[in-house]
Amino acid sequence: MSKILKVQNLSKTYRSGEHDLNVLNNVSFEVDRGETFAIVGPSGSGKTTLLGLCAGLDTTDAGEIWLCDHNLFDLDEDGRARLRNENVGFVFQDFQLLPTLTALENVIVPLELRGVKNASEQGKELLAKVGLKERSGHYPSQLSGGEQQRVALARAFANKPSILFADEPTGNLDDETGTKIEDLLFELNKEQGTALVIVTHDLDLAKKTDKSIRLRSGKIEETVA
Amino acid sequence: MGKNNTGFSWLLKMAWRDGKASYGKLLLFVFSITLGVAAVVSVHSFSRLLKENIASQSKALLGADYVIESNKPVNDKVMGIMDSLGGADAREINFSSMAAFPGHNGTKLVEVRGVDDGFPFYGALETKPVSAAHNLSTGRALVDATTMLQFNLKVGDSIKLGAVTLPIGGALENVPGSTSVFGAIAPPVLIPFRYIEATGLVQTGSRIDYKYYFKADESQDLTLLNETLEPVLDAEDADLDTHLSEARRLGRRYENFGKFLNLVGFIALLLGCVGIASGMGIYVQMKVKSIAVLKCLGATKRQSYLIFFVQIACMGIIGGLLGTTLAYFLQQLFPLLLGDLLPVEVGITLSFQSMVLGISLGLAMSILFALYPLMKTLYVSPLQTLRVVQEPQSRSKWATTAVGLGIVLFVFCFSFWLLGDFMRALFFVLGLLVVFLVLTGIARLFMGMLKKFFPHSWSFIPRQSLRNLFRPQNQTLVLVLSIGIGTFLISTLYFTKDMLLEKAAIEDSANSANMILMDIQSQQVEVVSQTIEASGIPVIDKIPIVTMRVAALNGKPVEAIRKDTTSQVGRWILNHEFRVTYRDSLIRSERIIAGDWVGKVDSDTDVPISVSNSFADMAKVTVGDPVVFNVQGRLMNTVVQSVREVDWNRLQPNFSVVFPAGVLEKAPQFGVMTTRTKDDLGSAQLQQQLVAQFPNVSILDLKRILNLLEDILGKIGWVINFMAFFSIFVGVAVLMGAIYSSKHQRVKQSALLRTLGAQGHQILQMIAIEYAILGFLGAFMGVVLAVLGSSLLAYILFDTTFAPSWIPFAIILPAITLLVFALGVGNSIGVIRNSPLTVLKKEKE
Repeated sequence: MSKILKVQNLSKTYRSGEHDLNVLNNVSFEVDRGETFAIVGPSGSGKTTLLGLCAGLDTTDAGEIWLCDHNLFDLDEDGRARLRNENVGFVFQDFQLLPTLTALENVIVPLELRGVKNASEQGKELLAKVGLKERSGHYPSQLSGGEQQRVALARAFANKPSILFADEPTGNLDDETGTKIEDLLFELNKEQGTALVIVTHDLDLAKKTDKSIRLRSGKIEETVA
Repeated sequence: MGKNNTGFSWLLKMAWRDGKASYGKLLLFVFSITLGVAAVVSVHSFSRLLKENIASQSKALLGADYVIESNKPVNDKVMGIMDSLGGADAREINFSSMAAFPGHNGTKLVEVRGVDDGFPFYGALETKPVSAAHNLSTGRALVDATTMLQFNLKVGDSIKLGAVTLPIGGALENVPGSTSVFGAIAPPVLIPFRYIEATGLVQTGSRIDYKYYFKADESQDLTLLNETLEPVLDAEDADLDTHLSEARRLGRRYENFGKFLNLVGFIALLLGCVGIASGMGIYVQMKVKSIAVLKCLGATKRQSYLIFFVQIACMGIIGGLLGTTLAYFLQQLFPLLLGDLLPVEVGITLSFQSMVLGISLGLAMSILFALYPLMKTLYVSPLQTLRVVQEPQSRSKWATTAVGLGIVLFVFCFSFWLLGDFMRALFFVLGLLVVFLVLTGIARLFMGMLKKFFPHSWSFIPRQSLRNLFRPQNQTLVLVLSIGIGTFLISTLYFTKDMLLEKAAIEDSANSANMILMDIQSQQVEVVSQTIEASGIPVIDKIPIVTMRVAALNGKPVEAIRKDTTSQVGRWILNHEFRVTYRDSLIRSERIIAGDWVGKVDSDTDVPISVSNSFADMAKVTVGDPVVFNVQGRLMNTVVQSVREVDWNRLQPNFSVVFPAGVLEKAPQFGVMTTRTKDDLGSAQLQQQLVAQFPNVSILDLKRILNLLEDILGKIGWVINFMAFFSIFVGVAVLMGAIYSSKHQRVKQSALLRTLGAQGHQILQMIAIEYAILGFLGAFMGVVLAVLGSSLLAYILFDTTFAPSWIPFAIILPAITLLVFALGVGNSIGVIRNSPLTVLKKEKE
């Protein structure tokens, strides 16, 4: 199986006041196409930083990241943005819907960025798939947390991404809603063959994935296959 | 990996989607642009329309195609020239004189205009009844309509002008060649030309104007005629004016006022743009998360930048369009505000040119001022979606400099276009920069000082209010700037108007005159003096006047100077008939700035004279230079002994040339007398008595002139204040924009404070103190800058000491402070009205 994500000897240091903070230290792992992958660890272990780097939201200090056969180091910010648009989906803990756009408009932004002609129709289908067909004209502030995350899921899968990064996707939701979102996430993963990289505190969620790593103080403490 | 395939339509779509959800904030930006553009376009468009109307009505304004005029009877050479032009089609003699209205106990200084039948050839004598215009030839007088009303005169009543009494044929509402401003001092009275001599008012010293009106063929090149005849007529002390040159002269007079108003309007627009820049900064700050999400989803830096760029460009276009439409309605008000100061009726139209100006101005200004805050979008990291990232790195230095230079360059170019003068535009931009920099400096200094000397011992509420003044994204700078500039404008205009009026005001002392008697023949001087004193009224000054012309300067005859194309000597010096006095001492409105004053001489060779500095400048003479005068046929050699600075603004007789006593006593002369009457009744009685006894004596009631001046300045002031108030309106829009833009932050802070136990009234008190301080600081700095600016104007322009009026301090300052306070508190009431949870939830929308 070919690799959708390859991380080799990755390190990242942030400047914190007078001191350098070594957030990630020599991290390496790989994710296959269509595979589900979890990154777990306590707060401050470097999970979110690792996710941001893998998705090309930030740049590395040392090491290499290959995403969809592109070395992120060779791409500038706009190049990484295009790569994300074509291959990557995102789900965030706090949903990150654009507050000034309706549910439908939020879902179709990635499609429109690619110049897809019938973006609106596709958007409606996606919203129907997550059970929000009737609420396509609502603004995020008019939706509940679970509904907002479902819109975020629809948006994340809009471009049929090769890989989806999810940062604590159920962290802001109650258990019942969280479980529904998890189910939807894995359902879409199976349906579209999208690889899933999930950052989570939730060990039960991590257990549902094909593979996981546990981070502690910026290092991989354990790999579970 | 390909490029993403979005086009301009997607940017438009995204700008629209985002804009419709933020329309409240964007509406305030549009409002600021609308007001600013309306201010500039209304003045610019009205000035242009006025100029066009003057040009299109130029023949009607002059009453003929061209006119040859002189202030003395024309000589044979000028007669010959006029004969060669086919002879004048109509003649006119005009002068100022007192008119009496038998049976109505009234006298008034009027402009007597004796005209031939047929005048005017263009336009019309507007009279009531209409038929009266045709009755002029039947020996009736047409009297200014306001004067008719003032003295309750009716058709058929009489008017006495010197030795002639004529029946009144009708009320004169409009006549070519009479300006409404002068008409208010000496309203026109038209009589048939043939009666002029019989009035007996054409005497030595009378200021008489002789005019010869011509009709021209359609094909005649009037500009060429003017160029050909002007030098010849100049040499004979005559002048040719065509309807075209008259229109240009009149147009220029109003153009300067229009340019000044344009600048006032432009400042309002700039103020609106400052509001846009600051509001946009807060707006973009609020959009940081959205921009990060867009970048996460694959939008490039350029795309996320362009979404907001398109928004601001659209706001500029909409603001420009709305501003141009508002300008159309505003223009309808100008004729009402200016009243009869306008020489022609101005038809207001919404021209294509105004639309282009308004839209391009709105677009250019909003884009220019939004460029810098928009640059922030380029540096938003997509990582912001995952965590709070430290404030992005500072904007590129070259880009910041380029934007700053672009703004200054655009402001300069636009000012240059408005003023048509490089240096004036430069001074305007520099002045503006100084005001901007001073206000910015004060605001920053205030914040710095507040931080450094923070009153930690104060109670919680005032401490929190003071902290709001320097917290991140505070409003201190933008509000001090907008309130400061608005107040500065209004106060400066108030001080300037005050200065102009004060300069002209009659000093309230027993020694200062409030009435001037002119054209007193030398043999009448003693009798007139006795008559005045017999009424218990003092004669303050008896001023002898001798008329003369300059014959040579520095040994060069005026004819030679006229022919010398390199000569810098002003034409006024060569052509003017000077009214010269002689006396042994200086008067209060004069001071020597070069040479020595000589009060008395015994010999009439090389007479040591004193000239005004303006005479010296225009004649290119200085102390020690010889000047030859032609004193009614006799040449008199003089030497400039001193140069005086003269305060011409004082309402009293002042002179360009003053001879020492002992030389001109025997020359043909007439007199001017000044006196001071106690009240209006005394003044009216004296005027009636003098006119009955001495019909040739003209009387100027300075109190009336001052009232007229106040009226004119009042009307002009209205328009200026109207434009200045626009700056305040824009300031209010900017203020509301700033309040609205930062509301989410304030709401969040207040909700958190309430969650921690703060009560609604405590939060309101915090907000109230903050806005009261901001309002006071901005308004106070505006008034202080106005005092400094006006002092500079007083020193450079008006040459006077400036004593600031208390009104800007006592009325403008508290009024603006109160306005800011009310707007700030009023807009923040919603913050405390709902529960903290509701407020926070609502704010997320």
